[in-house]
Amino acid sequence: MTVTVATNLADALAALRATPEARLLQGGTDTMVEINFNHYKPEHIVALRKVEELRSYSIQEDKSQIFIGSGVPYQTLENDPFLTLLPALAQASRTVGSPQIRAAGSLGGNLGTCSPAGDGLPVLSALDAIIHLRSVDDGRDVLIHDFMTGVKRNSRKPDEIITGVTVPILNGFQGYSKVGVRNAMVISVASACFVVDKAKTQVRLALGAVGPTIIRCRDTEQWLSEQVDVAASDFSNKIAKEFGRRAALEARPIDDHRSTAEYRRHAISVLAERLLLKANS
Amino acid sequence: MNASQTTTRTRDVLGTSALRPDGIAKVTGEFSFSSDMRAENMLWGSTLRSPHPYARIKSIDTTQALLISGVHAVITSDDVPGKLTYGLISSDQPVFAKDVVRYMGEPIAAVAADHPETCRRALAAIVVEYEVMTPLVDAELAILPSTPPIHPDGNLIRHQRIVHGDSNATGDIIVEGNYTIGMQDQAFLGLEAAMAFPDAGAQGVELHIATQWLHEDRGQIAACLNLPEDNVRLVLGGVGGAFGAREDISLQVHCCLLALRTGRPIKMQYSREESFFGHVHRHPATIWMRHHANKSGKIVKIEARMVFDGGAYTSTSPAVLINGITHTQGPYQCDNAVVDGYAVRTNNPPCGAMRGFGVVQACFAHEGQMDKIAEACGISPVKVRLINAMHTGDKIITGQIMESVAPVERCIRETDAIPLPPTMPDLVNALELPGGSGLTAERKNIVRGIGWGVSMKNLMYSEGFDDYATARCTLSNGVASLKFATSEVGQGFVTLAPQIARSVLGVDQVVQEVSDTQIGSAGSTSASRQTWMSGGAVDGACRLVRERMFEHVGKVHNIDPIRLLIDGTDVVDSIGDFRISVADATDGVTFSETFEHHHRKTEDLDENGQGNCHVAFAFVAHRAVVDVDCELGLVKVVQIATAQDVGRVLNPLSALGQLEGGIAQGLGLAVMEEIVLENGKVKNPSFTDYLLPTALDAPVVVAVMIEEPEPQAPLGAKGIGEPPCISVTPAIVAAIRAATGKALLRVPVRPQDICL
Amino acid sequence: MSAENLVYTLNVNGTNREVKDSWVGESLLYVLRERLDLPGSKGACEQGECGSCTVLLDGDAVCSCLVMAATAVDSSITTVEGLISDTVMGETARTVSDVQAAFVTEGAVQCGFCTPGLIVAVHHLLDKNPSPNDIEVKEAISGNICRCTGYGRIFAAVNAVIESRGKNQQ
Repeated sequence: MTVTVATNLADALAALRATPEARLLQGGTDTMVEINFNHYKPEHIVALRKVEELRSYSIQEDKSQIFIGSGVPYQTLENDPFLTLLPALAQASRTVGSPQIRAAGSLGGNLGTCSPAGDGLPVLSALDAIIHLRSVDDGRDVLIHDFMTGVKRNSRKPDEIITGVTVPILNGFQGYSKVGVRNAMVISVASACFVVDKAKTQVRLALGAVGPTIIRCRDTEQWLSEQVDVAASDFSNKIAKEFGRRAALEARPIDDHRSTAEYRRHAISVLAERLLLKANS
Repeated sequence: MNASQTTTRTRDVLGTSALRPDGIAKVTGEFSFSSDMRAENMLWGSTLRSPHPYARIKSIDTTQALLISGVHAVITSDDVPGKLTYGLISSDQPVFAKDVVRYMGEPIAAVAADHPETCRRALAAIVVEYEVMTPLVDAELAILPSTPPIHPDGNLIRHQRIVHGDSNATGDIIVEGNYTIGMQDQAFLGLEAAMAFPDAGAQGVELHIATQWLHEDRGQIAACLNLPEDNVRLVLGGVGGAFGAREDISLQVHCCLLALRTGRPIKMQYSREESFFGHVHRHPATIWMRHHANKSGKIVKIEARMVFDGGAYTSTSPAVLINGITHTQGPYQCDNAVVDGYAVRTNNPPCGAMRGFGVVQACFAHEGQMDKIAEACGISPVKVRLINAMHTGDKIITGQIMESVAPVERCIRETDAIPLPPTMPDLVNALELPGGSGLTAERKNIVRGIGWGVSMKNLMYSEGFDDYATARCTLSNGVASLKFATSEVGQGFVTLAPQIARSVLGVDQVVQEVSDTQIGSAGSTSASRQTWMSGGAVDGACRLVRERMFEHVGKVHNIDPIRLLIDGTDVVDSIGDFRISVADATDGVTFSETFEHHHRKTEDLDENGQGNCHVAFAFVAHRAVVDVDCELGLVKVVQIATAQDVGRVLNPLSALGQLEGGIAQGLGLAVMEEIVLENGKVKNPSFTDYLLPTALDAPVVVAVMIEEPEPQAPLGAKGIGEPPCISVTPAIVAAIRAATGKALLRVPVRPQDICL
Repeated sequence: MSAENLVYTLNVNGTNREVKDSWVGESLLYVLRERLDLPGSKGACEQGECGSCTVLLDGDAVCSCLVMAATAVDSSITTVEGLISDTVMGETARTVSDVQAAFVTEGAVQCGFCTPGLIVAVHHLLDKNPSPNDIEVKEAISGNICRCTGYGRIFAAVNAVIESRGKNQQ
């Protein structure tokens, strides 16, 4: 049994190379639950809490994109500069768990666990985020859509650490909505992130908790661009309703103990419709 | 009488908001809950539970578990020296399953080891061969005699009929409904825990346990251990909430068995997941009701059929059923009724006591019905309830005359008088909207609704059960000492008891001795009974002591004791000038008296459900204001207004806490709390998916306490614990109906029920 | 660190404390309660859904059940036992914090199981934001479940502290 509390990225990577079966531990909000419930027996742990490189973020000088370290806690992402530059990410961050969870949890955790209900993931998908992976002797960047491969599956190699994400800073509306039965601390039953990219006259709509992984509604996005000038952001009620209906069709929800496929699909249609109308203001 | 200088000082007597004596310990984290106990040389205990709702056990092989280093004992049914079964009403529940398991989570074996992790490995090493059978999960099927019994005692736990008045009476207005109540869980925070200390020679055991009724536990445990009751000593551990889930045995017998087997102290504590399997839940129920009323809305006759799913073992199902059906009419006048009630056995999780005890289910149905009558007659929900409101002297449908103070009309009127919350401003914080920080809705998506619920709840135990309470008071040198076995579960009896002593005896300093089985039973902390019963016992014991003190003072100072009174902290002569402080009066002397408080006798019900089976009743009205996002089916409860018939407020702060807390639990049942079952399997045994209300779900509560002292109650005060969680649930659902126009015949209401 | 039984040091309430013979999977909550004789933090769910185990870790309010104890080295941990005590109350003239005193006087304590975690969360809130509005208070404690009180008296206690701290500032 080993526990490595890395103090810098190089040490973390070296430890991981030495024991590739080691579990990476950031906020602990997923791994510790598994351990507490006896679903996972830890043998080797590489803890990243103290790795400062992972807790940093930087805005590119030309303000076109921002790098967010994989260990930046959600409570930081709720506030500026993210609130202003990436409002959907700030909104999503605010819905994660509880204040205690938000102090520990991070995008790196959401990406590492890769649950379709991960609150940050629809935002990353809608922003076409780049995921940065590093190993001791290599580094690669993967598009979010290629990174998330299935339910709790991603394309990270065992000796790689997710060091962060890069997302564009766009001009246009961004919004996130999440449905849960309670008014706080809920696993998402259905969620959606809607982004308007005025420069490219594109919209992006990503759905959470209604498929094996995050769903980008490319058909619906395409349809909208063909109906209206999305940069003008003057969507009619009729367009919004149809937008919602089409988005729901792209969802692939299931029945489970939390909700039904029928409700989830319905919720997506309402969330998508309302997000589109929010973009008007 | 001279004014005493002490009367100007505020004393923590009855009627004041005396502070909890355990408050400081609890806020500093020093208060010892049963899970905080530790002992030298202790081992940890853990339980193996069935993953199947219904299966034959072909074999249990513990040999591999015993080989693990650090494991000290592995026990099964074969290791139970005494009675193999236990139960509150019927001893039909095995200590360990032997040939068959009847619910998911049923205990099969237990281990003792040096570390919780060793326990886990030991449990994993026990090999059980199951032959899985198809579980019986349909309560209606369980009623049918043709359904094979899943237990030697059969599938029908109890059937009771009520026929009252003219069963052929009809009304111009007839409304009916089929109501469904889901399975709620008590979900107390302080997880099950106990520490058992074996006596040398294994002739006895001392169990420190968080429970609701020490003596009832002791009786069941002693029988299973085959030990005399005197050799099984129970001491109350710190209890982190109960709400009915600690009335049944959970880990008590297992813990004692492991202690006796290993000769070492055994600590057992449940995880949250295990806790969901380790205690009984609220009975899910299906209730059909049909109300006949005249055109002005006055009830003529009520018909009902109630089916309570008791799960695998009896627990308190027979009593829960009786509570449910005898409360069919609610707090309303009703001359004619026909009710059939069934409590059945299935392979669903066992159900038993939870705050409200059967009345929650009946109330959801009868309040839905009252609104239907109102709608059919074209009158308001308030008016239909006022028209039918019960009064003292009316009969309930068992024929029992309502002797309790019954201020139903006042409860309704005073609730109605509470101002509604302001309408939502145009600019509102997202966290105030349904959906909260999920940002699912804007102001324009929200509809507000208002709904009503009024209820009646019996107090204390029924059907001839003598649930007495015992207390001892000792007075010496101006200090009173109290001993009682009453379980403090958070409700504040430890605050009230010294208030009683201070009022009766004129002391300020009151010491509380350990709650254990070294004194007589206090009965269960349940049924809204402890203020009345244990309060009555403490009051009775203090009064006896006061009499002895007066006799003593009278003898010493040559005054007829009958003239003596307590004034502040003095004994005074009501006629003359004599005055002596209680401290001086009891200097160097000790008076000690034990008192048993019994309530009046109650009767069984006959085959028509007639009989004076309840002791007393309390009443409450609730009005709910909710905001609903109708398209998404999300709800925010904005305000609960309530006027509750409390008899007498003995501690305003404690009382308000009970009302607010009960309301939160009723809110939980209305919109978010449910044990989800699939063929007898529990799908959500965790706080991730069994949702309790958070601070962001809490409504504004405006509460009025109606004080019409109850002559029967020893302190004039009625029990207040259960009423707040009973009619608030139908009030919230009625408000959602008003906002959405949906029928909503089930609780908890789910988003899809509202919007699809 | 590598050993069958881990050995490490945690700084809790200002004191360095050695942890011996521990297993790698032990949470900070477990270590505080079972190894360091600090049972004030409570466990009610083991998955970060109730807040009973809330402690301060390097100034953040976190669920100690979700912190792997062996990774909490070189950090500053504060539990309910380590809060500043500057308010005297009770017959025994015990010193507690103003938040703790308010919880008692405002009736915010019933069974008390959620109380230590809440006390830590409220301290954390008011240290960062001395005058939060009602919504900010609710959001800050939305991760602390109370099953007994319905939160009404808890809000009253927090507001009492906000008011009295505000007065003391003047």
